[in-house]
Amino acid sequence: MNYNPDDFLPLTLQEKSSAEIMRPSKTYWADVWSRLKTDRLAMLGLLTITVIILFAVFGPMLSRYSYDEMDFNFSNEPPSLIHWFGCDMLGRDLFVRVMYGARISLSVGILASIIELLIGVAYGGISGFKGGKVDDVMMRIVDVIYSVPAMIYVILLMVVVGPGLKSIFITLGISYWAPMARMVRAEVMRLKNEEFVIAARVTGASPSRILFRHIIPNAMGAVLVTLTFSVPGAIFTEAFLSFVGLGVSAPMASWGVLSSDAVEALAVYPYQLFFPAAAISLTILAFNFLGDGLRDALDPKLRK
Amino acid sequence: MLEVNNLTKYFNTPSGKLHACEGVSLSIAKGETLGLVGESGCGKTTTGRTIIRLYEPDEGQIIFDGHDITHLTQKKLLPFRKKIQMIFQDPYASLNPRMTAGDIIREPMIVHRLPKDEHTDRVNHLLKLVGLNSEQAGRYPHEFSGGQRQRIGIARALAAEPEMIICDEPISALDVSIQAQIVNILEDLQKSLGLTYLFVAHDLSMVRHISTRVAVMYLGSIVETAESDELYTRPLHPYTVSLLSSVPVPDPDKSAMRHIIPLKGEIPSAVNPPSGCKFHTRCPNAKPECSSITPVLQDKGSNHLCACPFV
Repeated sequence: MNYNPDDFLPLTLQEKSSAEIMRPSKTYWADVWSRLKTDRLAMLGLLTITVIILFAVFGPMLSRYSYDEMDFNFSNEPPSLIHWFGCDMLGRDLFVRVMYGARISLSVGILASIIELLIGVAYGGISGFKGGKVDDVMMRIVDVIYSVPAMIYVILLMVVVGPGLKSIFITLGISYWAPMARMVRAEVMRLKNEEFVIAARVTGASPSRILFRHIIPNAMGAVLVTLTFSVPGAIFTEAFLSFVGLGVSAPMASWGVLSSDAVEALAVYPYQLFFPAAAISLTILAFNFLGDGLRDALDPKLRK
Repeated sequence: MLEVNNLTKYFNTPSGKLHACEGVSLSIAKGETLGLVGESGCGKTTTGRTIIRLYEPDEGQIIFDGHDITHLTQKKLLPFRKKIQMIFQDPYASLNPRMTAGDIIREPMIVHRLPKDEHTDRVNHLLKLVGLNSEQAGRYPHEFSGGQRQRIGIARALAAEPEMIICDEPISALDVSIQAQIVNILEDLQKSLGLTYLFVAHDLSMVRHISTRVAVMYLGSIVETAESDELYTRPLHPYTVSLLSSVPVPDPDKSAMRHIIPLKGEIPSAVNPPSGCKFHTRCPNAKPECSSITPVLQDKGSNHLCACPFV
């Protein structure tokens, strides 16, 4: 073998820098997104959720029928080219009613998660950050709220406010943020003893700066996962409450109301139950897939 | 510059009161480096953190530049936070993973309201000062190696133009070749910026290299302080003697000749420290009275203080 002595000369500065492999800097969330993209089930979930949201927002506008328009000529019509999902007992188009129901069900889910995000994160954050007696008192309040079943709030509110969307929203508002507050508190407790938080204290950063610049951004991953898993929970709660007759009232439709109406005629017209039930299952499944994928993407160590 | 008198910090633990730091007195002159050494768990870090008021001291006084900062509220402490900064042990845990290197270094400038238009220039200047380049300001901590992260930590500590830096085992989490680099950076910065260091470590040879004076700690109390060379050539306290005899010698012939003085037993629990001289349970020359007399630091000549009455 022959060696060329030129190959053993030191590199010039320019050659050195050209040999360096530089990857463009990725932010944390860009990194999470690139991992999430490789998860097929999670992407399928995300796609399904997007399609359902698009249908819920634009579907009823584009449809020839409206959700409360009755046509007795089509009473209990099975699915056909004119009425894709068929019609209910009063001749209302089920396709448009399922899409309209998606609006109610999804807005319950989204509102519940906004409440959860605002109250849960702030409450848990303050409780964990302050610690000591403040934490003790705040967590006992959460325990009390959490120990009363949501059904009791609904039934009590039914008496005071009457059934409808309003009492569902209030119920979710009272009780839904408790698990989130607990999770955030635990996360904050862990993070506040991390060295980078101590470093910020040494710098002289104010408590609110430490909480909002250092602690909460590092807890956001776990918050997001909890959130994705809790949206289907809220949708299911609404469906369940409507199913037992504590939810929205006619002529408004939610998936729970549609299912409840269809049960009466289940033996004869099973398709009336099939479509709203499928919509509920599909949405809950899609959110769960997305949540699973997000959890793995946020914590690569969890992956097999 | 910094004077600490009789500093005491207890922690309440389920098994009782933990004596993390008891009656510690130190003084550091401007531009000097005081090395603080001792076994793991002897209270070095607690002492450093109590001095910088991360923990509320139970007793004693901390005097910085003639001002008593022992009981200042966090708000009144802010001007002193600017002057005393800290470098941490773990370069992985001490940088916020959601902030870029530039933002991490910029934070002290924002907190201490340095003129905004100078921030970016100063970040670039600091990066250069610690041997990084300004293009790296936009990168996140996970894109750096351990040594580079520690450099970012140093740049952050320098950002608010401090006069004194408490180095809490800044090199013990790094491998040996990087340790030397970081120590050299710290020394260069001390010369060019006139910094004062409190250098907490358990690596005795590194401490000898960087320190003007060295204090040896055992179970929360200081047992001996002296000029660096004096302490290493003429250790007095039996604990220091034994500690120094354990330093490995990089020469097999000399290594065979050296006389290691092993200590008996385990380090006692800080929750229930031994009475009298805390070291008497493991001291090779312990006398019966050692368990009853609490020793104080005495001057044994040429500013060499030792807390053992029998040497």
